[in-house]
Amino acid sequence: MIGFASPLILLALVAVPVLWFLLRAIPPAPITRRFPGVALMLGLADENRQAARTPWWLLLLRMLAVTAAVLGFAGPVLNPSEANLSRKPLLILFDGGWAEAADWPQRLAKAASLIDAAERMGRPVAVALLTDAPGVPVFQAADQVKGRIAGLTPRPWLADMDAFAGTLPEGAFDTIWLSDGLSHDGRPVLAASLQARGEVTVLTGAAPVLALLPTTTEAGKLKVQALRFPAGEAIATVIARGPDPSGQDRELARAELTFQDGRAEALMDLPPELRNRVTRLVIDGPPSAGTLGLAGDSFKRRKIALVSDAAEGEGLQLLAPLHYLRQALAPSADLIEGAVADVVPAKPDVIVMADVATLPDTEAEALRVWVEKGGLLLRFAGPRMAAADLADDLLMPVRLRAGGLTSGGTMSWGEPKGLAAFPDSSPFRGLALPGDVTVRTQVLAEPGPELADSTLALLDDGTPLVTRAGLGAGQVVLFHVTANAEWSSLPLSGLFVQMLDRLAISAGGALEPGSLTGLTWTPKRLVDGFGGLEDAGGLAGVPGAMLERTLKAGPFAAAPAGLYQNEARVVAINAVPKDFRMAEAGWPDGVARGDLSLPQERALKGPLLALAMALMTLDILGTLAVSGRLMRVAVVLLALGFVPEARADDATDDARAIMATQGVVLAHVLTGDQTVDDTAEAGLQGLSEELMYRTAIEPLAPMGVDIEADELAFFPFLYWPVTADAATPSAAAYAKLNRYLRTGGMILFDTRDAEYGAGSPETQALQRITQGLDIPALEPIPQDHVLTRTFYLLQTFPGRFTDGTLWVEAAPPDATQAEGMPFRNLNDGVTPVVFGANDYAAAWAVDGDGLPLLPVGRGMAGDDQREYAYRFGINLIMHVLTGNYKSDQVHVPALLERLGQ
Amino acid sequence: MTLSDPKAPDLRAPGLRARAEALGHSLPPLLAEAERLAQTVTWGEHGRRRAGRGDDFWQYRAAHPGDEYRAIDWRHSARSDGAYVREKEWQAAQKITLWVDPAQSMAFSDGGRAPKSDRARLLALALAVLLLRGGEQVGLAGASHPRAGKGQMLRLIESLALDLSQADYGAPIPGFAPHGRAVFLSDFLGDLAPLEAALHTATGQGVRGLLIQVLDPAEEDFPFHGRTLFTSMAGSLSHETQSAADLRARYLARLAERKDRLADLARAAGWQFLSHHTGAPAQTALLWAYRALEAT
Repeated sequence: MIGFASPLILLALVAVPVLWFLLRAIPPAPITRRFPGVALMLGLADENRQAARTPWWLLLLRMLAVTAAVLGFAGPVLNPSEANLSRKPLLILFDGGWAEAADWPQRLAKAASLIDAAERMGRPVAVALLTDAPGVPVFQAADQVKGRIAGLTPRPWLADMDAFAGTLPEGAFDTIWLSDGLSHDGRPVLAASLQARGEVTVLTGAAPVLALLPTTTEAGKLKVQALRFPAGEAIATVIARGPDPSGQDRELARAELTFQDGRAEALMDLPPELRNRVTRLVIDGPPSAGTLGLAGDSFKRRKIALVSDAAEGEGLQLLAPLHYLRQALAPSADLIEGAVADVVPAKPDVIVMADVATLPDTEAEALRVWVEKGGLLLRFAGPRMAAADLADDLLMPVRLRAGGLTSGGTMSWGEPKGLAAFPDSSPFRGLALPGDVTVRTQVLAEPGPELADSTLALLDDGTPLVTRAGLGAGQVVLFHVTANAEWSSLPLSGLFVQMLDRLAISAGGALEPGSLTGLTWTPKRLVDGFGGLEDAGGLAGVPGAMLERTLKAGPFAAAPAGLYQNEARVVAINAVPKDFRMAEAGWPDGVARGDLSLPQERALKGPLLALAMALMTLDILGTLAVSGRLMRVAVVLLALGFVPEARADDATDDARAIMATQGVVLAHVLTGDQTVDDTAEAGLQGLSEELMYRTAIEPLAPMGVDIEADELAFFPFLYWPVTADAATPSAAAYAKLNRYLRTGGMILFDTRDAEYGAGSPETQALQRITQGLDIPALEPIPQDHVLTRTFYLLQTFPGRFTDGTLWVEAAPPDATQAEGMPFRNLNDGVTPVVFGANDYAAAWAVDGDGLPLLPVGRGMAGDDQREYAYRFGINLIMHVLTGNYKSDQVHVPALLERLGQ
Repeated sequence: MTLSDPKAPDLRAPGLRARAEALGHSLPPLLAEAERLAQTVTWGEHGRRRAGRGDDFWQYRAAHPGDEYRAIDWRHSARSDGAYVREKEWQAAQKITLWVDPAQSMAFSDGGRAPKSDRARLLALALAVLLLRGGEQVGLAGASHPRAGKGQMLRLIESLALDLSQADYGAPIPGFAPHGRAVFLSDFLGDLAPLEAALHTATGQGVRGLLIQVLDPAEEDFPFHGRTLFTSMAGSLSHETQSAADLRARYLARLAERKDRLADLARAAGWQFLSHHTGAPAQTALLWAYRALEAT
């Protein structure tokens, strides 16, 4: 079936029969010539008999061409979408959550085809994502909407149907709803209110939706759970990823998930070192935020050292100072016990010292160094500490008064004290205070101005219970009570474990409800709909209560999935909450259903117009043939078009070769972008003039080089400005470039974008281009690279920009700095490629009068910058032409000595 | 005015009078040019080189029996014993009939040259001047019988100055003085049958003469291109071609064939044939014609 976008144009077909008369065009009227000799000509027939009338086939050809053109302009479409015969405005709704990420491209293609169809019908279109902030969708002309479609991405949360139901546009409209097919709260209500406005068609994809539930730890193993919709038997792979020992992100482990009834479970048993490195779990398959499980701290198993002075063993176990700590920490951490001297070398994350008052100097020193490197020292008070004089102890957060304070005991009048509310700045803020925690004995801090700042928890009489102080990169925390139940009931309460948790001591495992409230969490990395991670930038902190909500209901726009940090703790909020269930959506009656398959809709406009053009070309040939001038025209065309060009090529090739070999010629690679090429040429011209002026190098005029066609061997140096749309060289060109690099040529790649983000189009083009090149390992130019001293002594390499890093071939790993030498001996360190991003040619560029072509920097600083750019250029060309000559000077003292100077 | 009306212009018709006056202005130059052209032909001996009727002394010869007495030149006979007869050179005047093709085809000219008819008339007049001077009787076919004397000259001019006929191609008017001479000036592009008939008649009457074909160089070169509709000067014939240039070779072949045919006809009748075109100087044709007339 064929439909037309502009059927009225078809009326022009009426004119085709008229064309029959017009196009019959007889060849030009003959010249009438009175000539007596006509008597002799009578009966002479023309040798090349030319038809007086246009031959019928030529006429047919022309009429076909006109018909094809008319049909083409009428915009015919083969198999136009059926559903869109209505002319009402069309609302295209996406659920827009992570559940659609797997088949998002199909959804966009479907939406684009719907918009195309609407455009043909002249329907206004609005596109809305239910996951976006609610707002009234605006109907616009279809062609304006079309451009925006490609930019839509799914969100890492799920749709909020209720909010959207209140913001429907006015008037009647049809809706096409590209849905994830999952049941959501409010979906029936929204569907019903859409139905009230017009027809609703629901399109669902065929790709299964996978959701990775929050991973828990169970007996040291990772328990991975996943859901699949539609329920069915399937197998998927879950991959644990994280940094390898060299910091490179890579796969650390994988496990198989076998889905049964839409649910799968797998246990991953990883060695602690490996497990601590896991940053995320990913289900292998189409990327989606739902199949990404960020780890945060939850997989971490800390190594905690317990140190106590008490000679244990003899006493009762329940009285042992470390008993409760052991109980609290054992599920989530690896414990070491021993003396300070024994545990420090094991590099624990935390060292807990219960009632240790004084340490030998060496141990105290070792401990101090360990804390300053980032360790967390947790100390508990006790009788020994109360008795000791710790005034000068660095490893105490506050100064203590000698002796303890006992209240509520048999020997005192006061009642045992309870806990006061936690201060605002305390990491414990938000924890529920159990009423039954009482403190009978404590050590008291010496009052001072800093005491309030370092206090994390108070008793109800205002005396500190927990204090903290930073020391170097680490910190020291003191509980002013004992670690056992001797002085207080704190170690017996659940609060104790939560406090340890908040101090990132026992952190690990699934997040417990309430463990986040009261704190403000700063987003560090955010997840996008496809499960990619991006920096959160300067996003404002999110209150813990909101994050708590996400644990139950999944993330939402104000609290998106990602990694959040508060002090030392890092919390991962994943797209899929713990109690997530997937069920099929229920749709009201009267909702049409469909899938994402594209109609085999083909716009025939292009092919028809092409056909018309082809027919017209045939007509030209036919007309020429009929008038007997085909051969003549062909010969003329051949003579004009091809012959001179071929000759010119040969001639210029030779002339180029001669020009390029008459001296040193700097060359730049022609990119096809006229502006860039002109700038490169002017830049090399400026550099050549400066070289002539300042050095013994006297280059000739620079030349542009087409890497596909031209010989490279003549040029010692190629400047290659990389444009975003640069063509990838052909295999032959790569072979030529590699030969060029191997035989001593140098290429300076310049992305000209000052490294504005590693993903800039130029950088991507550079990666694409250099894939086929033999490029050695690179490093940012080291301070002692020979390039820094081939002519000028330089440490900065500015061009028009100053920020870009210059990358050169990496120094061999065994390069060492000789004694007394200012630089390493990097012989043969002539780098074949230099990568820069500072738009060097623009800084070097001069116009015909030798004046700078483009502004660089501001004022005098700009002049300096240009001067340094020239110096870099001169150093570079010197490096190209003299190789490691300057590097060889490392031997000068030895040579002089040998010469007896 | 046509050849069918050979009388003097009817001056009563107002248009004709004006044209006649214009003609009167043009005649003296035509005559002057013809005279000038005639001057260029040097006079040779043009006696008949045999005894005959004439004024000039030719020779004395011994009288035969039968000679009239009055034929005897007594003065010369007295000098010797015999009787001599004084013979005079034969100076019988020739009757020469000129025919200048008056058809429209002669009006053709190309490239800024004068029409063929001008050249034909000029040649005819110049030839007439020469012949009249030589004492011959010159007439114009269809217009005036051959006569001698200066008066004949004016009559010839008047007849020649008449307008061309409406016919496309001319046919010679048979009407010769027996044993006279004839000169046909035409392009001979039309049907040759009337010419053949005229030549046949001429041969029968013992008339010999010249065929002078006057052509325009364009007719010799055929410098035409492209799609062309050729028509005869009066429009009775036409021929259309898509590419005139393609036609050239075959046209030239036909023209050569026509010339050969004319030469054959002339030879068969004992006539002489010359193809002359208006691009060439008239003298050569005139000289050739004069010499040829002398020889025949």
